[in-house]
Amino acid sequence: MKRFATAFAIATVLALGIQAAAAQATLKAVKDRGELWCGSNGQLSGFGMPDQQGNWTGFDVDFCRAIAAAIFDDPTKVKFVPLTAANRLTAVQSGEVDVLSRNTTWTMSRDTQLGIDFAAVHYYDGQGFMVRKSQKLSSALELNDATVCVQQGTTTELNLADFFRSNNMSLKTVTFATADEAVKAYEAGRCDAYTTDSSGLYGVRTQLAEPTASMVLPEIISKEPLSPAVRQGDDNWEDIVRWTHYAMVDAEELGVSKTNLAEQMSSANPDIRRLLGVEGQFGESMGLTNDWAARIIKAVGNYGESFERNVGQGSPLKIARGLNALWTKGGLQYGLPIR
Amino acid sequence: MASDTFYLRQTPLVVLLPPRARAGVLGWLRANLFSSPFNIGLTAICVILIAWVVPPLLRFLLVNATWSGDRAACLPSADNPHPGACWAFVRVWLSYFVYGFYPIAQRWRVDLFFVALAFGIGWLAWLRAPRRDVAALYFFVVLPVLSLILLCGFPLIGLPGVSTVLWGGVLVTIVVATVGMVCSLPLGILLALARRSQIPVVKWLAVMFIEFVRGVPLITVLFMASVMLPLFVPEQLSPDKLLRALIGVAMFASAYMAEVIRAGLIAIPRGQYEAAQALGLGYWRTTALVVLPQALRVTLPNIVNVFIALFKDTTLVFIVGIFDFLRTIEAARGDPRWTSPIVSITGYAFAALFYFVCCYGMSRYVHGMERRLARRSG
Repeated sequence: MKRFATAFAIATVLALGIQAAAAQATLKAVKDRGELWCGSNGQLSGFGMPDQQGNWTGFDVDFCRAIAAAIFDDPTKVKFVPLTAANRLTAVQSGEVDVLSRNTTWTMSRDTQLGIDFAAVHYYDGQGFMVRKSQKLSSALELNDATVCVQQGTTTELNLADFFRSNNMSLKTVTFATADEAVKAYEAGRCDAYTTDSSGLYGVRTQLAEPTASMVLPEIISKEPLSPAVRQGDDNWEDIVRWTHYAMVDAEELGVSKTNLAEQMSSANPDIRRLLGVEGQFGESMGLTNDWAARIIKAVGNYGESFERNVGQGSPLKIARGLNALWTKGGLQYGLPIR
Repeated sequence: MASDTFYLRQTPLVVLLPPRARAGVLGWLRANLFSSPFNIGLTAICVILIAWVVPPLLRFLLVNATWSGDRAACLPSADNPHPGACWAFVRVWLSYFVYGFYPIAQRWRVDLFFVALAFGIGWLAWLRAPRRDVAALYFFVVLPVLSLILLCGFPLIGLPGVSTVLWGGVLVTIVVATVGMVCSLPLGILLALARRSQIPVVKWLAVMFIEFVRGVPLITVLFMASVMLPLFVPEQLSPDKLLRALIGVAMFASAYMAEVIRAGLIAIPRGQYEAAQALGLGYWRTTALVVLPQALRVTLPNIVNVFIALFKDTTLVFIVGIFDFLRTIEAARGDPRWTSPIVSITGYAFAALFYFVCCYGMSRYVHGMERRLARRSG
């Protein structure tokens, strides 16, 4: 009987141990294992994709590298896990990845019902239109009576109908089962415009036979705030992910970049001194070192640099900053103060 | 009585050549292609089809193809207004198609695995090779262990570990297909025998397994394994993603294989069992020496059918987030430095070529083996 009691006690301790391990601070787990596990897309050009050597590159990928840089001072200590739209949220819930950085829209139902938390909007996306330049259009409001190619059964189709109805325009849609077919039809001239999320539109444009003959109209007709996500219940880890984003935005606001980092370290500006950890204990309060933000900037640069390099003017996609410009330049990216 | 009349011919008749129309190329054509109005019609239709499909295909794949350069070289230009396949793209991305994300410094291990596998298959498949019993031992015991050590790593002997998350491309396709085939044959035989067993428990277990697995699509099994399983078991105990997919594929293939082999078992005449019993053979020896050799020979074409279907089903592992060969091509064709309609078509053409060569190779080999077995059985 005594033996049984001992065995039972051991089993209970083991079971509790497993429970405790599951709730254990993610940061410690990441440090112990020596690498960050990051869920990403794997086939979205500009955002998350391997290059010819199998190295991951892209805007979403850079974000994970930034977190790794903040923790290890080494942006290569990341294991990227390619995830599909179907299994990405489970991967976060089950702890298969520490952070999900894969064009995932922050919606209320996901935030409140699925056991995951969103850290910060890293990219403001939304549905847009691509038209032929020869049509000489400058706004989506001029698309009255237009024929639009769209993939069927997506929210894209609903948004499209809503937009035309609310602007009292008439619409002819041609729907296709897959995005590829819809693009082909647009290219063949069956429709005046093709619509999908605007980040996707730029990618699609590069796949056309004549990319320069088409353009993306400035209007964004739906909200798709894309945000990195973490598992609910580890506030410290969520803080780290959130502030990694804001450190990148703050750095752009303050003019701190990869190239001028060394001189900015001796800047007199108190905002810059706090950001770079010359003053204050901001990194240590999250369990990192005080130069955490300096490490991020050294590794991937500020928000604007990462944007331009991966999806902006420095890339074949040439996506305009638009909503993702700093708030001082008409966009929505607003760096929260470090103090 | 002297006479010039002979009743027997004294000189042999001059040997005449067969009519021109029946010999040589012409004869072959006549016998095989133009033997009746119906066949003439069929031949004409086929010739038209070939003329319609093959030249443009060759023009696209070979004549007008771009072999080197960058994206611009593959686009229509003044001297090449109708560009063909962009093989430059495949060349640049080939290592990704073969190894996926496997660390570059460690890729020799994958090469070694391919060589070891090819060696094993060659030894086993070449029917006149020496010591095929050793080959079987090598293929079914040594090779799996060797592959595991090579591909996953074994830090003790200086091979750093490589997570299966980094595997991809042809490597994944080959691993999933090989494991599926190698597991499904013995499991399928056991299941088929169990289903015909006299012991009710064994019989019903086999029936339940086979009917359940055949009753759901593979994609559902993979999906459950990847999305639901991690939610039920603690993170530490959750099996590796690739392993989950491998188990799903192996289970699936064995259920189908079991039914194929059961068909062969049914086809064996009752007399064979009775004769074996009369000779005093027990159940296992009857099965191993009399029934199975005949059943497997009968079902060989169907077994290969399952293998070929399995080889192509490996593309479904993408559901679990594993980048198999086809998926690496899909990912690469979105690369903004390359993407264009021609590049997408080239990628898919390359995939089609790869799958065709593999499946056709399997099919031809077994065809040869069937003929050999048919000769032997007289």
